[in-house]
Amino acid sequence: MATLKAGTRLKSAVCATEVIVTAAPADDLDVRCGGAPMIAPTEQPPAGAELDAGAAGGTVLGKRYVNEAGNLEVLCTKPGKGSLALGGAPLTLKEAKPLPSSD
Amino acid sequence: MNLMMLLEMATSGFGDRVAVQNGAAALTYAELFAAAGRQAAALARSSSERLAVLDVNSLAIPVGLFASAWAGVPFVPLNYRLTGAELDALLGRITPAHLVTDAARAAAIGARAGVATIAREDFLAGPEGEPAGEWSMDPDAIAILLFTSGTTGAPKAAVLRHKHLVSYILGSVEFGGAGEGDAALVSVPPYHIAGMAAILSSVYSGRRIVQLASFSADAWIATARAERVTHAFVVPTMLARIVDALEGAADAGLPHLRALAYGGGKMPQAVIERAMRLFPETAFTNAYGLTETSSTIAVLGPEDHRAAAASDDPAVRRRLVSVGRPLPSVEVEIRDEEGRPVGAGVAGEICVRGEQVAGEYLGRGSLLAAGGWFPTRDGGAMDAAGYLFIEGRIDDVIVRGGENLSPGEIEDALLEHEAVADCAVVGVPDEQWGEAVAAVIVTHAGRGASAEELREWVKARLRSSRAPQHVAFWPELPYSETGKLLRRKVKEELARRPA
Repeated sequence: MATLKAGTRLKSAVCATEVIVTAAPADDLDVRCGGAPMIAPTEQPPAGAELDAGAAGGTVLGKRYVNEAGNLEVLCTKPGKGSLALGGAPLTLKEAKPLPSSD
Repeated sequence: MNLMMLLEMATSGFGDRVAVQNGAAALTYAELFAAAGRQAAALARSSSERLAVLDVNSLAIPVGLFASAWAGVPFVPLNYRLTGAELDALLGRITPAHLVTDAARAAAIGARAGVATIAREDFLAGPEGEPAGEWSMDPDAIAILLFTSGTTGAPKAAVLRHKHLVSYILGSVEFGGAGEGDAALVSVPPYHIAGMAAILSSVYSGRRIVQLASFSADAWIATARAERVTHAFVVPTMLARIVDALEGAADAGLPHLRALAYGGGKMPQAVIERAMRLFPETAFTNAYGLTETSSTIAVLGPEDHRAAAASDDPAVRRRLVSVGRPLPSVEVEIRDEEGRPVGAGVAGEICVRGEQVAGEYLGRGSLLAAGGWFPTRDGGAMDAAGYLFIEGRIDDVIVRGGENLSPGEIEDALLEHEAVADCAVVGVPDEQWGEAVAAVIVTHAGRGASAEELREWVKARLRSSRAPQHVAFWPELPYSETGKLLRRKVKEELARRPA
């Protein structure tokens, strides 16, 4: 469980996935990947942590994932085999609604 | 957060695609990544605390930008048109620094304490060696220092930290969203926020950058055609010249140009209307932003352009000269002189807050007001539907007999006259009124209007106090390369040869 804010980075304990938080409510949040709680980029994964086959849908580089309430959003900066969830509820892929290219 | 995250993701996702091209030379994302790593290692070995690049759009710009980010030092793109004295002054403020520039300039600058000068060709060719170690992810580290041209006093260095730029890109660009054949023509100077934003958004979206070192309408058109450019960003004066060059030409089309964005200054309604007629298949976007806000905070998108151009409702049609609606990631408020928000349609100062708003100058700290609001010093108003209209810099207000007059309002009225191609309205000293209104007019070729005719024209549309007391006719107006009308120069020239 952790309080997250925009800019916080998390990595998977059980696969190569890394994400950056782009929006988060001000609560304690249990963000998981591959079934295991995500850890800080500098932390070591707990010994024996394994990818849960039920949460192995994979993450895609550059895609955003949101919870049902829509107030937690993370962006995948490194893809991996695990899929993302908040507690037990899987995060879903956010549809890209690109702004008109302005630069 | 670090700008390198953006390049790392691009390299991972599509490393073999061309990232940036300049004439015959090009770098893939993987090559750009590798060059940045090697140069970052060289920077880390040196005692330089900043990397400056004094150059036109060249490959040294993106390599320098990412090498700086990797090494954790601020990137300082400098205006290559600076005089020797101006450059000396800026260099003095950023030492110890690496300075990359063209070979001739490097030789002319010579040895200088605290400045390690490298010719561009050498910078791009070397050094050999391992890339630097991991880059810092400190979001508060300074990514870019952009010297803004001061109208009085020394230029100020706008501070843009990694967190501002990364949030701006993540919030406004879809990763890898560009098609493989897409190409963005970048002709705006690198020492401007638009030039920096163009690199970052193109890299993150996977869109090949085609650099144009020096703008002319002919070079821009030729490059756009030769490279089948699909996207471009221009300042309004560039679009005016492109439209002038193509209107009436036998082959006027740019069939590959899917999207044209513009900003940096006010777009005259006549120019955007002509451009929309000339390129009916092109999606137009007006992007309003400031250096201090990491570029765009509001956009008038392609649908907005089309809806406005096609509408009979004046309130909707008017939106063609708006800058659209604020980005979802920022909040915009119009505030009066006491700092209180005003209602729809009421003019005041445009204030903005959001993750991308830096609002800070080196050595002067933060300009953010309570609650993180940045006062832009731009005057404007929002209509009931949330469309933002810019009136001009509030510092440009003319005070005539105790009345505040907005030059923008008078310029807009003058631009409606069919003989007026461009105009600038400034205040000039006046014994009776304090300031009097002076208008400098550039007429369309083959058309004319008398000073009296133009005064009556303004009187008929606005109040008589707005009618310009002085009217001068010039062949052209002074603009910066970043699209800004140089009002100070207009005033200086008028003082020298009064209308």
